[in-house]
Amino acid sequence: MKKKKILSIENLKKIYHTKQGEILAVDNFSFNLYKGEFVAIVGPSGCGKSTILSILCGLEKITKGSVTFHNNATIGYMLQQDSLFKWRTILDNCLLGLEIKKTLTDENKQYVLNLLKTYGLGDFINNYPTSLSGGMRQRAALIRTLATKPDILLLDEPFSALDYQTRLAVSDDVYNIIKKEGKSVIMVTHDIAEAISMADRIIVLTKRPGKIKKIYDINLSNKSTPIENRKAKEFAHYYEQIWKDLDFHV
Amino acid sequence: MYSEEHIRYLKKLKRNKIIILITQIMLAVLFIATWQLLAHFNLINTFITSSPSRVLKTIINLHQTNNLYTHIFSTVFETIISFSVGTIIGIVIATILWWNSFLSKVLDPYLIVLNSLPKVALGPIIIIWIGANTTSIVVMALLISVIVTIINVLQGFKETDPIKIKLMKALGATKYQTYFKLVLPSSFNNIISALKINVSMSLIGIVMGEFLVSKKGIGYLIMYGSQVFNLDLVITGIVILAIVSAIMYYLVYYLEKKLSTNN
Repeated sequence: MKKKKILSIENLKKIYHTKQGEILAVDNFSFNLYKGEFVAIVGPSGCGKSTILSILCGLEKITKGSVTFHNNATIGYMLQQDSLFKWRTILDNCLLGLEIKKTLTDENKQYVLNLLKTYGLGDFINNYPTSLSGGMRQRAALIRTLATKPDILLLDEPFSALDYQTRLAVSDDVYNIIKKEGKSVIMVTHDIAEAISMADRIIVLTKRPGKIKKIYDINLSNKSTPIENRKAKEFAHYYEQIWKDLDFHV
Repeated sequence: MYSEEHIRYLKKLKRNKIIILITQIMLAVLFIATWQLLAHFNLINTFITSSPSRVLKTIINLHQTNNLYTHIFSTVFETIISFSVGTIIGIVIATILWWNSFLSKVLDPYLIVLNSLPKVALGPIIIIWIGANTTSIVVMALLISVIVTIINVLQGFKETDPIKIKLMKALGATKYQTYFKLVLPSSFNNIISALKINVSMSLIGIVMGEFLVSKKGIGYLIMYGSQVFNLDLVITGIVILAIVSAIMYYLVYYLEKKLSTNN
């Protein structure tokens, strides 16, 4: 099967201007994302991981280089926290993107309702977020992102606010939904294990300025869900490699 | 069902609540009784301290001459006007300042100066410009309440979760959408607490205005009483004011409880 390019980034460079001077956040960053692929970007904190996502969804300008979305691919952005609005019901939270883009048709609303039903939130559409568990809220946040039918999902440390056990369960949950919906993903994380367990490909960045240090194709035997993937025999090998690449010092 | 220990615990909680309430009532009763007794046995000079019975008599007297309600109505009415107008103007100005950060930065020191300036100092100017009438009383109260409202509401707007703002931007929201869908609703609690402050600020402003110009109102009652050395009237005015302000505060408090279920 020939892989179809959905996003190309070429020689991306980003400089921030601050009072203290210019900060080169990302330099010489190039890669292609293919349809249906799950790519994780890992790197030390402050290496410009999140900057790349901000650029992709248009929140930051490019200093140099280019970003091309093929076949008018659209993006959805999922942030560090679920960021549900507590004064809106779960359904209204999930409709937020459609409201903003002024595409809240009956058909689109039905699409969101179906997503909510399919992914176990059908009984909670009129509940307020505070009455839901952390995992359910994260699922609602994912459905809010899926509501506008994006081709590419950008996940910015999506589970970092959750405690360890919830985090494992939710990453499993989110992964399954994303695969079912056939989305392409770029996930930024500092959690090596999370990246190996979820991604098809891992891009390791250097310390600031973020440059590509290495790219790993993750080939796990019996690849299945993230929790199961952690049991794969290659897991430790990848972990060790990436740990060395990141070169952490206390 | 609860265990016996838990039932005991709940009972203890309830008992504590009742004890606090009883103590609170006792304190008021003790104060009033002491005051009355001291007055009764001529241990204090009732000409300058009045007494609970004389306050009551004054209230009944005001009631019989139909003056009581005119004064209360006047003060309450003016307070409500100033409170509502102050709230609306305050929120509108806070919105403009949130919208335009340049303007907000430029006006920041002026807001601070205006906030710390004792607004009563502007009283004489306002009376000269507007005249010795109700309008100038309301304007004076407005000056006091508006600045505080602007500062508190703007603070709430600025405290909007930056991650949620990022979310709105990533969804392609306009500033208008960000304001109405996120900033305004998320500042609900700040707006309510601004309202709470605003109620007392408006009342202060109105009473101050009545001191300076009025022919009616509770502030006038107090001022008039002091001028003719009728301390019964002065203290009655203060007692009525305490009751009126408590009622107004609790109305806003009730409004908060009622509205905040989903926030």
